[in-house]
Amino acid sequence: MSDASEGWHEDADVPDGPGGNGPTDGTGADRSPAPDRPPRIPMPRASVEDGERPLPTLSAAENPPVPALVLEHPVLKSLLGAWALAACSAAEATAVEEHLGDCGSCADEALRLREAVGLLHPPESLDLDPALRTRILESCLDRRPPRIPVPEWAAPYDAETARLDALLQDIGDAEWHAPVRLRWFDGEGPTSRRTTVAGVIAHLLTVDGLVALALGLDDPLADVKAATRAPAVRTETYWQTSHFPPTRSVRTPWREQSHDLVRTVSFAGGSDSGSAKLAVSYGDFELPLHDAMLDRAFECWVHAEDIAEAVDYPYGPPSGRHLNRMIDLAARMLPVVLAARRRPLVDAGKVGRTLRLEIEGSGGGEWLIPLDGPPAVGSAGEEVAHIALDGVEFCHLAAGHVPPAEAAAGQLGDREAIRDVLFAAASLSRM
Amino acid sequence: MTKKDAPPRWDRKMQQRLARGEAAALGELYDRFASLVHGLAHRVLGDEVAADGITREVFAHVWEHPESYDPKQGPLRSWVAALTHRLAVQRLRATETAALAEGGGGSTEELERKVRRAAVAARADYIVTSMPAPLRAALDLAYFQRRDYRQTAVDLGVTEDEARRRLRLGLQLLSTAHDAGTAAAPPGYGGAV
Repeated sequence: MSDASEGWHEDADVPDGPGGNGPTDGTGADRSPAPDRPPRIPMPRASVEDGERPLPTLSAAENPPVPALVLEHPVLKSLLGAWALAACSAAEATAVEEHLGDCGSCADEALRLREAVGLLHPPESLDLDPALRTRILESCLDRRPPRIPVPEWAAPYDAETARLDALLQDIGDAEWHAPVRLRWFDGEGPTSRRTTVAGVIAHLLTVDGLVALALGLDDPLADVKAATRAPAVRTETYWQTSHFPPTRSVRTPWREQSHDLVRTVSFAGGSDSGSAKLAVSYGDFELPLHDAMLDRAFECWVHAEDIAEAVDYPYGPPSGRHLNRMIDLAARMLPVVLAARRRPLVDAGKVGRTLRLEIEGSGGGEWLIPLDGPPAVGSAGEEVAHIALDGVEFCHLAAGHVPPAEAAAGQLGDREAIRDVLFAAASLSRM
Repeated sequence: MTKKDAPPRWDRKMQQRLARGEAAALGELYDRFASLVHGLAHRVLGDEVAADGITREVFAHVWEHPESYDPKQGPLRSWVAALTHRLAVQRLRATETAALAEGGGGSTEELERKVRRAAVAARADYIVTSMPAPLRAALDLAYFQRRDYRQTAVDLGVTEDEARRRLRLGLQLLSTAHDAGTAAAPPGYGGAV
């Protein structure tokens, strides 16, 4: 008790209260006890939040004397909480304070509640460093190796969904409705679709659902039949069939599904088990499960950036290790896209021309891109061009967020080949 | 996410999955409780790096000894909070004792007072985040938004009587943060609030 009241007095002596370091707004006068108050119970304490709203008037110094209010004991007792919070009228406060001189039990409670007010703090910003999650989980797993590990190829998805979820935890109700423009490159040029933060999470939910379907888990679109499995079609179907625009309530199903996916692929096991052969259908194309999980990690990051931009929140790139795997997936998909854009010019197995893709920065590396379609084998000997760009810039290109012509790339060699590869990279993007 | 009201079934299943050595379960555990754990540790220790360290210790403990949690004793969340509290207060006392031994100013009494104050503050934070949402909403309006109880009643769509009741009850719950001893065993982390 003595300790607690000391704590309170300390607080009371600090003009701004605990944690208050903003400019005072003139409410300081309300914080010191008026001289005519009984000293036994400390005065109501001002909120540490120096908001614009004025404090409920309390100080006798500021207000003309109020006519005495006669209230019964039960009413006065019921007012103790509001009184302790300085949230009742001046007349009620006076009535309560007079009563406290006569009623021991109310005085005890008043003191107790007043001390409790001193324990209220504005919630601290709980921005946990996302790298802390990785570090802590790794140190735990070092101390006790898991019997069922998360496969290496699912780790980027695990990390990116956790990072996005931490962002979502920090944003307010209104921000869920902040407008977001989804941007991608449809082969011809840049295109976009307007939605909200909640709409983006609904998009991730429905497209991640393709992996859930492949694994035999519940489809988030089970109730409404989408015409095809194409991600854009599924997303539009989901948006159109919900009666209300998506709200923050979409976070829970998205997060539960992402946790379920990580859990299920963990049981499906490492790369030598059957999971390697599982394919995830995206409608007009398929990806092996391992690549689909990388693709979903990539999309999660890209859309987390869209959201972060919409709500003005800082958001960094994935860890270098994970970024490297995402770039590798894109590099492996490029020949397929190049082939679709142009008929293969050489026969299968023949050595074709290649482009050296040099990715700088964390997660970087070098990839040889066969230019003449997947049948041909990439080989350094036939290198006709070389482009160098930053890893995050490359991912923005592959996400359709940077037009190919504007990608900040160092270029050397066959200009047409370079143009083709940059366009192909942008064409990897979709809604 | 749904930090509160997690069904006991989730707690039991989580414990079984941890015991089975499922790394994915550890990730889920972290996602659910990391901000609680880090927030409490930070409230006690007032230091980011130290709070990171406690967070690491707490998750390592649960991962290495999942059987030490007994679902019959209450929710996993309370247990994790109590574990965090214990480790953080231990760390604070150790750090302060070392500082005292090195000839830093202060006395043993001041040390104990500081430890007790930190423990009360952390319990109070936990109580606020765990109390029923209607009580928390009322306190939030009256304290942080500076609404009086009549405005609070209007904002919440309840009677003035009910607003007064919620404010009083919320503070009564909060005041139990003072009730512990010097935090040998950390009460206030029961399932009741």
